Amino acid sequence: MTVDRIWRLGFAARFMFAVLRYSGASFRRLPLTLREIYFSGVLSLLIIIVSGLFVGLVLGLQGYETLQRYGSTEALGVLVALSLTRELGPVVAALLFASRAGSSVTAEIGLMKATEQLKAMDMMAVHPIARVVAPRFWGGVISMPLLAALFSAMGVLGGWLIGVVFIGVDDGAFWSQMQSGVDFRYDIWNGVIKSFVFGIAVSLIAVFEGYDSVPTAEGVSRAITRTVVTSALTILALDFVLTSFMFRGTS
Amino acid sequence: MNRTVLDLWVGIFVAIGIVALLFLALKVGNLSSAHLSETYVLQARFDNIGGLKVRGPVKSAGVVVGRIVDIKFDTATYEAVVTMDIDGRFRFPKDTFASIYTSGLLGEQFIGFDVGGDEKMLKAGDTVTKTQSAVVLEKLISQFLFNKAAEGQETK
Amino acid sequence: MVLSDDILVDIQDLHFNYDGRPVLQGINMKIPRGKVVAIMGGSGCGKTTLLRCIGGQLRPTGGMVRLEKHRVCEMSQTELYGLRRKMGMLFQFGALFTDMTVFDNVAFPMREHTDLSEAMIRDLVLMKLEAVGLRGAHALMPGELSGGMARRVALARAVALDPMLVMYDEPFAGLDPIALGVIGQLIRKLNDALGATSIMVTHDVHESLMIVDYIYFVSQGRIVAEGTPDEIRASTDPFVHQFVHAEVEGPVHFDYPAPSVVQEFLSGGARG
Ligand SMILES: Nc1ncnc2c1ncn2[C@@H]1O[C@H](COP(=O)(O)OP(=O)(O)O)[C@@H](O)[C@H]1O
Ligand SMILES: [Mg+2]
Repeated sequence: MTVDRIWRLGFAARFMFAVLRYSGASFRRLPLTLREIYFSGVLSLLIIIVSGLFVGLVLGLQGYETLQRYGSTEALGVLVALSLTRELGPVVAALLFASRAGSSVTAEIGLMKATEQLKAMDMMAVHPIARVVAPRFWGGVISMPLLAALFSAMGVLGGWLIGVVFIGVDDGAFWSQMQSGVDFRYDIWNGVIKSFVFGIAVSLIAVFEGYDSVPTAEGVSRAITRTVVTSALTILALDFVLTSFMFRGTS
Repeated sequence: MNRTVLDLWVGIFVAIGIVALLFLALKVGNLSSAHLSETYVLQARFDNIGGLKVRGPVKSAGVVVGRIVDIKFDTATYEAVVTMDIDGRFRFPKDTFASIYTSGLLGEQFIGFDVGGDEKMLKAGDTVTKTQSAVVLEKLISQFLFNKAAEGQETK
Repeated sequence: MVLSDDILVDIQDLHFNYDGRPVLQGINMKIPRGKVVAIMGGSGCGKTTLLRCIGGQLRPTGGMVRLEKHRVCEMSQTELYGLRRKMGMLFQFGALFTDMTVFDNVAFPMREHTDLSEAMIRDLVLMKLEAVGLRGAHALMPGELSGGMARRVALARAVALDPMLVMYDEPFAGLDPIALGVIGQLIRKLNDALGATSIMVTHDVHESLMIVDYIYFVSQGRIVAEGTPDEIRASTDPFVHQFVHAEVEGPVHFDYPAPSVVQEFLSGGARG
């Protein structure tokens, strides 16, 4: 059992190198990757925008509730913006991305394997990792930071909507406090790095689970479940590690 | 190669993503105000910096003029050495007074510059000599109580 | 019987194990250029495995496969890919790319391996589709095709690059008699038109007898009989007889290897 796990881990590592090695075609033939950006990025737009907005609305409401007890409601902007750019944006967007795009990538590759499409490709002297896996991997890696940024931006707008438009916090104070409290390099850029790392992790898990799935209907459905569960755990664990590197209680 | 509808959508997606990033950078973050001009480094020594943090603001007359970039402990003098990046547009006289203030009762701590009248200006790498340490709230309160107690004894 | 430089595929004493279970146990075959050769045998006797050894997708545990002058089992990935451009394979279930139209499926090998202009590819693809009688279906998705149509599209894709060797894995499985005849004729026609060599795995004896030049019978990982269609029809070999006349009793065992019934039930009783 344990030996099996370690075996799989070793295979995953070798698989990762193969993906990187055969990535050339994904960039030389951009339409391949563009197509995957469409499937993982564009088709995730709606869920990211709507979720981001709602998370922002909730943050705005809860933040206001708490801050007004201390009479510092004008700090609402900085509260909403910091929670989103540092944590919620990258993490929640990555979780949504794993279940929306990651699972469908796993299903697609798993079904291609089950119906011998990958073997057929290999017989036609086209490497399945170069033609099928690598473009999906890079499509995910490119989409993820953009989706996370969009999520954070929508969240800030949601917080502004609740705080300023509905509750009546001062508009100027909301933005100026936010701007003086959120540092580009420290808060926003670290958030972008986080979402980039999550994008690599989720995309890799998704393509690997698909490629390594047992080629039956049941095997593919298990692989999809594993993609979502493993991605979620990996995102949260990585988030802890990255946070402890990036924000060591210096502010 | 033909342009396709798919390309259009990917284009829209990337554009929206970049707009979101710019929004975060310029409207949410401080990229629009910070780092636009050159900065120069000043140092100041304090007996006690209280809760001062790296990246905290340096203000003069309430306007942010720089950021704290480093805080060190000098084992020779047992003082805290604070390094600040000051906006290159602003120059301060040699006899500027650097104090540590707290915004509000419980807010963040920052360094405030109270400007003197010297003709000579501080140059990059200079040390601000006149400093005032942080007000430690506990000390203030115990002092106040002690004074009260002393007063009480006098009136008896 | 044939000159050695006329042999396209030469298989000598080929052995293959899946997880230690022997599947192929010493196959010897010589497939001459330009011929259509059938490999027959019961389900699970290792026919697909044999084809994949020829294509280099599986490494045999013993013996040798030679294609032209190349020893397939000793080639590197890059060399294999070079060789496979000259091979076409029809998979058992077609294995069409489900995310592409019929047109794109047939165009796939051309787009991957040639620098032909899109206009040229269009002409070639429509020509191949015309050959299998599906030019009108070029815009359909594989999901919209019937089994027989999908098989014909896969056939067109397998011969897209005019290969010198085409392998067909059960091209007749699950087809009605008419579609079956159509595919059979197509295989013969394409082979002769392209000047290719074809290896066809199947269990349809009667259709094969009509179109092929030579037949091998495989059972339990070995060649048990071989001959031209006429020889096979006249054969008195019990195995061939059973196969040709679809008899239940005979030397072919359709059971997966297992301990004897008595043994299994007794040991089960002892545990329970
Ligand atoms: N991936 C595999 N792992 C283990 N055993 C396999 C695998 N594929 C096929 N086999 C076994 O090898 C034998 C031959 O399979 P195959 O070549 O597909 O037979 P067929 O003649 O029906 O095409 C079968 O008994 C099958 O159980
Ligand atoms: Mg088979």
